[in-house]
Amino acid sequence: MALITSKSFIDRLIQENFNFFTGVPCSLLSGLISHLEAVEEAKYIPSVREDAAVGLCAGAYMAGSMPVLLMQNSGLGYCLNAFTSLNLIYRIPVLVIMSWRGQGGKDAPEHIIMGDINQKLLETAGMDYSVLKPENLDQVLEKAMRKINEEKLPYTLIVEKGLFDERH
Amino acid sequence: MKGTEAFQELLPLLGDEPVVHANGFICRESFSIKDREENFYMIGSMGLASSIGLGVALCQPDRKVIVLDGDGNVLMSMGTLAMIAAEAPKNLVHVVIDNEVYESTGKQRSISNAVPLEQVAKSAGYRQVVRVDKREEIKPAFEKLMNSEGPVFLLIKVEPCFDPKTGRVTHTPEEITERFMKSLR
Repeated sequence: MALITSKSFIDRLIQENFNFFTGVPCSLLSGLISHLEAVEEAKYIPSVREDAAVGLCAGAYMAGSMPVLLMQNSGLGYCLNAFTSLNLIYRIPVLVIMSWRGQGGKDAPEHIIMGDINQKLLETAGMDYSVLKPENLDQVLEKAMRKINEEKLPYTLIVEKGLFDERH
Repeated sequence: MKGTEAFQELLPLLGDEPVVHANGFICRESFSIKDREENFYMIGSMGLASSIGLGVALCQPDRKVIVLDGDGNVLMSMGTLAMIAAEAPKNLVHVVIDNEVYESTGKQRSISNAVPLEQVAKSAGYRQVVRVDKREEIKPAFEKLMNSEGPVFLLIKVEPCFDPKTGRVTHTPEEITERFMKSLR
């Protein structure tokens, strides 16, 4: 049983004025992406790689939209140069929703190392994040919106397995 | 035709269109010939000029959006050609200055001598692609593509000519964002 429904979460993001969604799928985010593909008010654009999604979001933001990037933590490596040489120095914000594969060392082998270091990588790059929980949703969204609207910087919400309904 | 000549021919044809510039030679040459508020100079994030341009084009469908790209950038992000073709923004004009080298780092060869990038764009699904290698072909080709339904692709084959003394973009990245966004409002 999901702790937050994909519908209620997407509705909440739309309420916060997010209107441009892209990313590369993860099974942990499959419910969110299916819902985005289904609703009228949102458009989801499939990206072929996570750094291309970062570029797409940067263009969308500068053209007046509010972008959200959905990806698995495996995409973080591809994105680091884009975050450090584009978003952080140009002050181009984006809300990143990143699934946490490999959490606690219990996952397929390819996820173990990134699962261990994803937060350290964000911290090293100087990028703020929160691990999203049903009980801190309002609080972390408020932090994210401050980061995005006032500091014009990216903010990452880390999604653990089982937080959202998964359709896979 | 030398790379500089391509810029000298192309830049006067621009009106107030937003132009997203690839890093390196493309940014520096364009900036040194004619700086514009509507220019987004991507000084880092190699490979992403095309995806940034796609984002701008999708969110401002009523204005023409130009990506001024290089062969190294296109090769690095070939998948973005597929994204552009799949989203098919009618207002996107993708111009590639192809000198077959990584010019600003010392002319190391790229592989675009062996890979015809306009054919890659065509196979991906761009509505029209044109390849030119003479200076006098640039104006008619660009004007034709600007009046066509996008996404369209113009490949301009040039010889390397970059003078390392050419200045870097002097605006700070934050200034670039600010004025580019203002020009898009």
